[in-house]
Amino acid sequence: MSAEDLHPREREGVVNPVVRAATDESERGQDGRRLDHAEGTSKPIKAPPVREPQPRGAKIRGDRPIDQAEAAERFLAAPLHAAAHDERLWDLRKKRDAAAFGIPEWEELRELASQIKTHTLSHLDLYLEQFEAAAKANGVHVHWARDGAEHNRIVLGILRDHGARTIVKSKSMLTEECGFRHFMAGEGIEIIETDLGERIQQLDDEEPSHIVAPAVHKTRLDVAEVFARTLGTDPDNDDAHYLAESQRETTRPHILNADAGMTGCNFAIAETGTVVTCTNEGNADLSGNVPKLQIHSIGIEKLIPRIEHLGVFIRLLSRSALGSPITQYTSHFRKPRAGTEMHMVLVDNGRSARLGMEEFWTSLKCIRCGACMNTCPVYRRSGGLSYGATYAGPIGLIIDPTFNKRKYSTLPFSSTMNGSCTNVCPVKINIHEQIFAWRKVLAEEHQIPLLKQGMMKAAGAVLARPAAYRAAIGAADSALKVLPRFAVYNPLNTWGKKREMPDAPRQSFHAWYKENRMKDGAK
Amino acid sequence: MRIGLFVPCYVDAFEPEVGIATLELLERFGLDVHYPYDQTCCGQPMTNTGCHQEAAATEALFVKNFSGFDYVVAPSGSCVHQVREHLTAIPQTDAVRKVRESTFELVEFLHDVLKVEALPWARFPHKVAYHANCNALRGIDHARPSELNLPYFSKPLNLLKKVAGVELVNLARPDECCGFGGTFSVFEPAVSAKMGYDKVADQKRAGAEYVVSADSSCLMHQKGCAERLGLPLKYIHIAQVLNGAAA
Amino acid sequence: MSAREAIFSDLRQNRPAGEFPLPEVPLFPPLVGDDLVAEFGERLVRMGGRVAEPGADDVFAGVRERLAAATVVASAVPELEGTLDLRAVSRPQDVNDVDVAVVRAVFGIAETGSVLFTQDQLIVNAVAYLAQHLVVLLDPADILPNVQAAYRRPEFGQAAYAVLHTGPSATADIEGVLIHGAQGVRSLTVVLQPRATP
Repeated sequence: MSAEDLHPREREGVVNPVVRAATDESERGQDGRRLDHAEGTSKPIKAPPVREPQPRGAKIRGDRPIDQAEAAERFLAAPLHAAAHDERLWDLRKKRDAAAFGIPEWEELRELASQIKTHTLSHLDLYLEQFEAAAKANGVHVHWARDGAEHNRIVLGILRDHGARTIVKSKSMLTEECGFRHFMAGEGIEIIETDLGERIQQLDDEEPSHIVAPAVHKTRLDVAEVFARTLGTDPDNDDAHYLAESQRETTRPHILNADAGMTGCNFAIAETGTVVTCTNEGNADLSGNVPKLQIHSIGIEKLIPRIEHLGVFIRLLSRSALGSPITQYTSHFRKPRAGTEMHMVLVDNGRSARLGMEEFWTSLKCIRCGACMNTCPVYRRSGGLSYGATYAGPIGLIIDPTFNKRKYSTLPFSSTMNGSCTNVCPVKINIHEQIFAWRKVLAEEHQIPLLKQGMMKAAGAVLARPAAYRAAIGAADSALKVLPRFAVYNPLNTWGKKREMPDAPRQSFHAWYKENRMKDGAK
Repeated sequence: MRIGLFVPCYVDAFEPEVGIATLELLERFGLDVHYPYDQTCCGQPMTNTGCHQEAAATEALFVKNFSGFDYVVAPSGSCVHQVREHLTAIPQTDAVRKVRESTFELVEFLHDVLKVEALPWARFPHKVAYHANCNALRGIDHARPSELNLPYFSKPLNLLKKVAGVELVNLARPDECCGFGGTFSVFEPAVSAKMGYDKVADQKRAGAEYVVSADSSCLMHQKGCAERLGLPLKYIHIAQVLNGAAA
Repeated sequence: MSAREAIFSDLRQNRPAGEFPLPEVPLFPPLVGDDLVAEFGERLVRMGGRVAEPGADDVFAGVRERLAAATVVASAVPELEGTLDLRAVSRPQDVNDVDVAVVRAVFGIAETGSVLFTQDQLIVNAVAYLAQHLVVLLDPADILPNVQAAYRRPEFGQAAYAVLHTGPSATADIEGVLIHGAQGVRSLTVVLQPRATP
C-alpha cells in the first residue's frame, strides 16, 4: 500500500452519502485545484438545508455523573447533524493519514515528540525555572496560579491595574478549564472570542465541542440562526462566506478597541521564554499585537526545552489535527512591543497532581491536536457536547476524571477501547490503555453504578464455577436468557432494541464436545 | 506439541460451530488438541468493565485449566488479548506467566507458529469483506492498522488468500470499530448500534456477499444490525472458511 | 506558601520515577527536491497563497492590479513607496484601513510554503493582520528546505515577535467550507524578488 491508496480525494464511497453536496462551493487555489488546507474539507460535506433542531449537550446537574450515553442518543436522534459531524471529522482523519503517509519519518517523529515530552515533564520544575528566568529577562511579567480560580483572579488583577474593561482573546482550552469567560462576565469584564468557532459558541452561550473546530457540531443553518439572533444578520442567509464575513466585520471593532488581548499557548520554550501559538485565522496575532496589554495563559505542561524542538512538534501538530503541513500562522511571542506590557500566567490546575499518577501522568504530553477526537468512532457519533466536560473524546476520557472523579466517572465507559486514538496521537499517549486503567480505578472506588458492579459480581461467580457455568448455558432456550447475563439481564433489553437477537444454537460447544468427542466422559 | 483449545464463553453459547471448525482445523494439521472440559471464560466481561477483583476467580480457573500445554489456541483476538495483557487479578506465578505467554489466537498461531503454507481443502468462491476486530488488529498485531505509517502486512489476509475463490472487497473505512466493544454494546446501545449500522452499510456498499472475521463477538453484533436493516449480508468466522466451510 | 512555591513543591514530590533522557533530534532529509523555488511555490499555493514573478521593469507587475485598486498602501520595503509611512504610525489601530501591506520576508520554507517576519520587517506588527491583502517580497536565495532548518535560525532566539505566515488567514469552522480572510488578510501573494544589492 502506498500513500496513493490513502489519498482523501479518492472516489471512494462514503458512509453517510446523505450529506454529500451536489455542487462544490470550496475555494480554488491559484492553480485551479480545490483547496483543503486549514480545516477545509477534502470533498464537499454539506448538511441538506432542512431545518433540524441542533441537538444540545449532556445534561449537567451539579456533580452528578454525566450521562454521556443519553446525550449521545439525542445527538443521533438528529440524523442530519450526526451524519454531517461524523463525515466531516472522518474526513479530517483521512487528511491526517495522507499527511502522515507523506512523511517517511512520521513514526520516528512521534517517538521523538513523546520522548521530548516525557523528559520535560519529568524535569518540569527545572524547565519552568528556566522559562521564568528567560521571560523575566525579556521584560515579561510572570505569574503563577495554582488553580483555575487563581488564574482568573490574577488576570482580573492585571486588568484592574490597567483600568481594562474589554478583552479580545484567541482560543485557549486552558481558559475554558478555568471557566474564564463566566468568571469575567460576573466581574463586568467583556470578553470577545476571536476564533470563529469559539465566537459562534460564545454567542450561542454554549461550550466549544471540539478543541480545534469548536462549532463542528453545528450546521450552517444553526450558525445563521445564532448570528441572526445576536449579530443581526439575515436569518435566511446561510452561506458560510456571508456568515464568516459578518463575524469578521463585527469583530474587527472589538479588536481595535479592546483594552487587552489574550492568547493561549501551544508550546512554551524554556530556553528563550517564548510562547508559541498556532492558528489558522491569525486571531492570536491580532489579540497579541493590537491592544497595549497582552496576556498569555499557559498550562505548565506546555513546556518544551528548546526552539529546535519546534522542528519536531510543529511538523506533527497541524498534520495530526487537520492534515495541513502547518497552520496558516505560527507565532512566537517573546518580548512586549515598545510601550506595551506582556504578562504570562503559568497555571497548574491539577497538572502537578496528575504528574504523580503512575498510570496517567503521560496524558500530560498532550499537545491538543484533536486527532484522537477525529478518529474516535464514538466521539464522531456522539458530538463533543455529550461529554459535559471541557475536554471531550478520548483525551477527555482520561483527563476529566482528574478534574472531578465523580462527575466524570462515567466517561471512561464511553469507549469501545478500539485503540485508534493511541495510534493517531502525535505524542504517543497510550490513551486506550489509560481508559482501561481508569475503569479499574473507578470500579475499585465504587464510582460505577451499583447495578453494573452487582452484575459483574454475579457473572464472575458463575464463570468461576464450571458446573454452574455449563448449566447456565447448556439449555438452548435458556442460553439467551442467562449468558451473557450482563447483556440481556437488563430491564430495557438494550441489545434487542436496535439489533436482532442471535439465534439460539441447538447445543453449546460443551454439549457438542461431550456428545461427539468425549469417551466415558473424559478427554 | 500439546495444544489446549480455548473456546470463549460466547462462542460456546452462541457460535459453537466456530469452536468446532477451530478444533477440526487444528486437527487437519495433525496436532494433538485437547479441550479442558472445565474451562469457562477468560475474564474479559469483568475486566472490560473495570471489575478485576470480580474476575480473579475466573482467571485462576483459566490458568488451572490451561496449565501443561505447549500452546493454548483460541478463535478470538479479544480473549487472547485479555489473557496476554490483562490476566492480572491473580498473583503472577511462573505457572500463570507460562499460560499467558503460551496463549495464541488462531490466525496468529497458524501464521506465526505453524507457518501454514497451503489450505488445499478450503474453497470459498465469494466476495468477502474482511472485518478486523480491534483487539486483534491493534492489540495482538494481526495487521498494520490504517493509522500507522509502517510497512503493510496482514496475517488474516495472508491466510485468506490461500483459500481458493476468495475475492476480497475494500471498505471505505477499513478498520473503523464496528461498535460492539463488549459491555459497550449494552450500556451505550445507541452509539453501538449506529456504529454497527454504518459498518454493515459500508460492507454492503463495498459489494460484500460475506463478511469474514477472526472474532465472532463483532460478527454477532454486525449480523444483528444487518438483519435489522434488512441487508442480505452473511457473516462467518475465519476458522470456518479456513476449515473448508462450503457456504 | 506562594502559588509558585506550592507548584514547585508538588512537581518535585511527584516527579515520575525512571530515566527519561532528552533525545537527540536527527536532521531528517528534506521532503522537497532540489528546486526549492518550485516546491515553495507549489506548497504555498496549496495553502491558499499566491506566487507572482517580478516583472522585467516592474517588481510588482504581478500585483499591479491589486495595488492600483488600493486606497491605502503600507509599504515596509524600499522597492515600493506606499501611501502610509509605517514608521510614523504610533498606534496599531491606525493601520486598520490599510488595503495592501507590502513587506519583505526574512526567509521562506519550501516544505510548507511559509515565510518568516519579525517586528523588524513588519515595523507595525498588526499591519500583517489588519490589512486586507499582504504582498511579500522573498529572495529565492532565502528559501530554506524545511521546518527543521528554519528552527535553527537565530531569529527565534533574538526577535521580540517572530511569525511564520503560510498563505492567508483561513478558517473552515462552518461546515468545513474554506474561507480566506477569516480575521486577517484575505490574500497573501509572494513576489520572488531578490534583495537589492547594497
